[in-house]
Amino acid sequence: MKLDGKTPPGPLAEKWTTYQSTVPLVAPNNKRRLEIIVVGSGLAGAAAAASLGELGYNVKCFTFHDSPRRAHSIAAQGGINAAKNYSNDGDSVYRLFYDTIKGGDYRSREANVHRLAEVSNNIIDQAVAQGVPFAREYGGLLENRSFGGVQVSRTFYAKGQTGQQLLIGAYQALSRQIARGSVEMYNRHEMLDVVTIDGKARGIIARNLVTGELERHAAHAVLLCTGGYGNVFYLSTNAMNCNATAAWRAVRRGALMANPCFTQIHPTCIPQSGDYQSKLTLMSESLRNDGRVWVPKKKEDAKAIQEGRKKGTDIPEADRDYFLERRYPAFGNLVPRDVASRAAKVACDEGLGVAPTGLAVFLDFSAAFERYGRSEAHVKGIHDADAATIRQLGEKVIEEKYGNLFEMYEKITGENPYKLPMKIYPAVHYTMGGVWVDYNLETNIPGLFVLGEANFSDHGANRLGASALMQGLADGYFVAPYTVGNFLSGEIRTPKIDPNAPEFLKTAGEVQERLSKLMNIKGNQSAESFHRRLGKIMWDNCGMSRNAEDLTKGRQLIRELREEFYKDLFVPGELNEFNPELEKAHRVADFLELGELMMLDALNRNESCGGHFRDEYQDEKGEAKRDDKNFAYVAAWEWTDTSKDPILHKEELKFENVELKTRSYE
Amino acid sequence: MSWFTKFITSSLGQKLVMSLTGLFLILFLCVHLYGNMQLFKGDQGYAYNVFSHFMTHNPVIEAIAILLYLFILLHAIQGIALWVQNRSARGGQNYAVKVTRTTNTNSFASRNMAYLGLLILVFLGIHMGDFWWKVKFGAPPVVMYDGEEYQDVFALVGASFQIGWIVAIYVLAMVGLFFHLLHGFQSAFQTLGIKHKKYTPVIRFLGWVYSIFVPLLFASMPIYYFFFK
Amino acid sequence: MSFLEMLDVLNEELVNQKKEPVAFEHDCREGICGACSLVINGQPHGPMNGTTTCQVHMRHYKDGDTIVIEPYRAKAFPVMKDLVVDRSSFDRIIQAGGFISVNTGQAQDANSTPVETDVASAAFDAATCIGCGACVAACPNASAMLFTSAKVAHLNMLPQGKVEAQQRVLNMVKQMDIEGFGRCSNVTACEAECPKGISITNIARMNREYLGASLGSEKTA
Repeated sequence: MKLDGKTPPGPLAEKWTTYQSTVPLVAPNNKRRLEIIVVGSGLAGAAAAASLGELGYNVKCFTFHDSPRRAHSIAAQGGINAAKNYSNDGDSVYRLFYDTIKGGDYRSREANVHRLAEVSNNIIDQAVAQGVPFAREYGGLLENRSFGGVQVSRTFYAKGQTGQQLLIGAYQALSRQIARGSVEMYNRHEMLDVVTIDGKARGIIARNLVTGELERHAAHAVLLCTGGYGNVFYLSTNAMNCNATAAWRAVRRGALMANPCFTQIHPTCIPQSGDYQSKLTLMSESLRNDGRVWVPKKKEDAKAIQEGRKKGTDIPEADRDYFLERRYPAFGNLVPRDVASRAAKVACDEGLGVAPTGLAVFLDFSAAFERYGRSEAHVKGIHDADAATIRQLGEKVIEEKYGNLFEMYEKITGENPYKLPMKIYPAVHYTMGGVWVDYNLETNIPGLFVLGEANFSDHGANRLGASALMQGLADGYFVAPYTVGNFLSGEIRTPKIDPNAPEFLKTAGEVQERLSKLMNIKGNQSAESFHRRLGKIMWDNCGMSRNAEDLTKGRQLIRELREEFYKDLFVPGELNEFNPELEKAHRVADFLELGELMMLDALNRNESCGGHFRDEYQDEKGEAKRDDKNFAYVAAWEWTDTSKDPILHKEELKFENVELKTRSYE
Repeated sequence: MSWFTKFITSSLGQKLVMSLTGLFLILFLCVHLYGNMQLFKGDQGYAYNVFSHFMTHNPVIEAIAILLYLFILLHAIQGIALWVQNRSARGGQNYAVKVTRTTNTNSFASRNMAYLGLLILVFLGIHMGDFWWKVKFGAPPVVMYDGEEYQDVFALVGASFQIGWIVAIYVLAMVGLFFHLLHGFQSAFQTLGIKHKKYTPVIRFLGWVYSIFVPLLFASMPIYYFFFK
Repeated sequence: MSFLEMLDVLNEELVNQKKEPVAFEHDCREGICGACSLVINGQPHGPMNGTTTCQVHMRHYKDGDTIVIEPYRAKAFPVMKDLVVDRSSFDRIIQAGGFISVNTGQAQDANSTPVETDVASAAFDAATCIGCGACVAACPNASAMLFTSAKVAHLNMLPQGKVEAQQRVLNMVKQMDIEGFGRCSNVTACEAECPKGISITNIARMNREYLGASLGSEKTA
């Protein structure tokens, strides 16, 4: 199979505008006859469904949640990037493009990233018009802050709840279309398969989670906006119900899985505290704007802290190692996520961790309290403020900025972060890999589009902070309406797709069989317990740093676990009823296949880049060694049969506008 | 349905009815209390009887009185209707464990407005039968001031408040009124949409003062008569 | 261990005993998605202020404590299974008018309309509602005023939302009534239990705007 990225010709900065003005259109009378299925109602899904509905298409939108507003986009905290240059600090579309390409360690498609940077500005305009209450300055204009991996302030935010506000904006736009009847909403419906007719995606099989019934839904095009697969690690910052099933089922129907090993481990999460833990909580990256990351210099200090004999505040300044500032003076605490995570892991591996588990580093705000406190005192005209007053004033400023995050931290850990430095540790957060799509966001199956985190397209091997919201909304609001129209312009003669066509009945039958199989194993172990074991295998062998030996072993372990799963799984309840255990079992079954592919992909990629760090490929300072000669390609995997090895297809990445450089933040 | 029917039967329209009639009744209580205070003048009921006469014979006042009766009925009927609706909105099942936290209101008062209201309604029946009926349709004793005949309501009051159970009912009703006002006063403003960082505290304070003093002064009469006359 | 992890353990134990687990809703487990509900010992989202059920931790309970967990009880939130209730009535209230009618691509530059910081911040506070339904669960009248008013306030306060402000409040209140929620009697239990600290100032605002739109404009719902 030859992979064609379908990048339009012409200079980089003109590709998208040329595309927009030359793309074939669908006339309004034809739009009324065409149907589109959107799976997922997060930023990408809600934005796409709303925008396509506004255009006049008949849209059906599916979510497994009870309401479209619950999608996990809602949990994004820090912000959304845009090249507005409101801060007058030298930002531009090109710079956002360049930062994203570089931040992604040169493993993404230039044209896609440039388009993302171009439409970033429209997103902010759109969101503000929808009533998204971004932070503002006293003059009433929008405020920006800076994020990891960049040297400009281009992040728009709404306290620590930017994702929530943007999702609510998209949800409201979607609600408006539901009220108009242009979008039909299917809550509590989980997509379990894609239906293809003559090689084109023509519908889905969805399970009504309330009745357990399988439903067949037909359309001229199908959009998957179903998020990432981080939950393959069991413990991650993803929501409990995030899953890869929709994407994985598309892969099982012939779509390709691209770069599945590119997972982002986020440096600032609340460390794991016990064995019962079911998920990890992220603390926004924005905290690294003001927090300084450190561990004790001496092992005995670290040990004392681990055993609870000492606190972070007991360690004198001279005995602290601000390792990010030391190793990367140019970016300091604001290095990209992959770099920060790995540095924390290195410190903890040396025995300098600061939690009882030994797996945590400090994120310390004392310097910020002091800095802001002084400036506040100055503003208030207090010239002889003592240290306590300054700190108090500083705490106030920090509370203004990150109050909800500090509160959340205290709720979870029971420690007051205003008094003691926070403890953080990296955790799985985002997956850059995903279903392979071309410039149109269309997979190799015509009519099947993948948007948002579920695709692989824009972030390469590592995503920069505040770029996920940008990508989800860019795909949904501004890209899909054009590119899906491009596909549908060739479908105006296609009559309404019949959900009773033999292909639908056959696929529905296969899904039914799959579910019955899970129900009928009648073994002894819960889906949850398999998921937990899978997560451990993934984290131990395909986590923050990987090597050939572990990956080979890990792949074997997953195969064994999968075998055990199909022998000893127990699903209580009935097939045709509200049965959360069955939902979980089906998701875990898919994770068990995807996990293996991740191992394989990581094993294939004999280089270190972005979130993918191979122990074998590092320089003497422990920095990642990329291999552009052999690996500047997208690894797109075709899953043929579970018993056979997946087939690798390569899409060479051509860099015509940026020069491939070693990513250095020193 | 006309726009007005739609509006007034909407949830917020119904609340508006409660709020406006409630505020009118609050005003009325002031007038009523002013009259009652004449009892304490120590002039053998002269001022009180004159005031009563004025209140029952002035045509404007009489017109307003009809409005008052209407508003009392409206307040009561609408209140009962809301109470029934609200109970059904619960879905017929209560929580096994009850916690009654509130932020700004007296939890007992705000949760029991309907019961307190019913208590006051029953009291009103007794109260009206005791005085209003006798004055309007009975044959109360009369006194002569400056050659003119006045009904001696003062004597009626004096007689009634010698009876222990009547006094007890009055005092109990005033306790009920206290709680009803405690919530009702400020709630009426909230329903009208009057909530302001600067002025709401003032309304709350006035509400407190009003809810305490008005029922207290009303209750002071039967108590005074029962114990000191 | 968090409260929901405790329920996870319970469910895993039930599954191990081949029994059906207790159905409850949850997703993000960080207090933002609004999926978790539960009335814990009589309080929606448990005993602490500003906290969702998923953020309640077992360290707030003693060994041997008995904890009573109930579903939300309201006619407009019918129970689906065990502790799971149907909150789609909230979606329909939003569909009635909880949006600003702007199509994708119609927007002007984001900085062309300045918004006073106090207004922006009040709108943000109202917009932090997570649609969990605790207000309805806490209200003795099962009223959805706090939820509805938060959305009305969020949008009507901002210059962008002013155009449709009157029609919005009329339509949303109408839908709220149709769904069978009770009438607000200003008890403020909603404010006390709201995990996001949404203020009843929003309710007053909605009252005001509704009266204004009903009596002071030519619009009807």
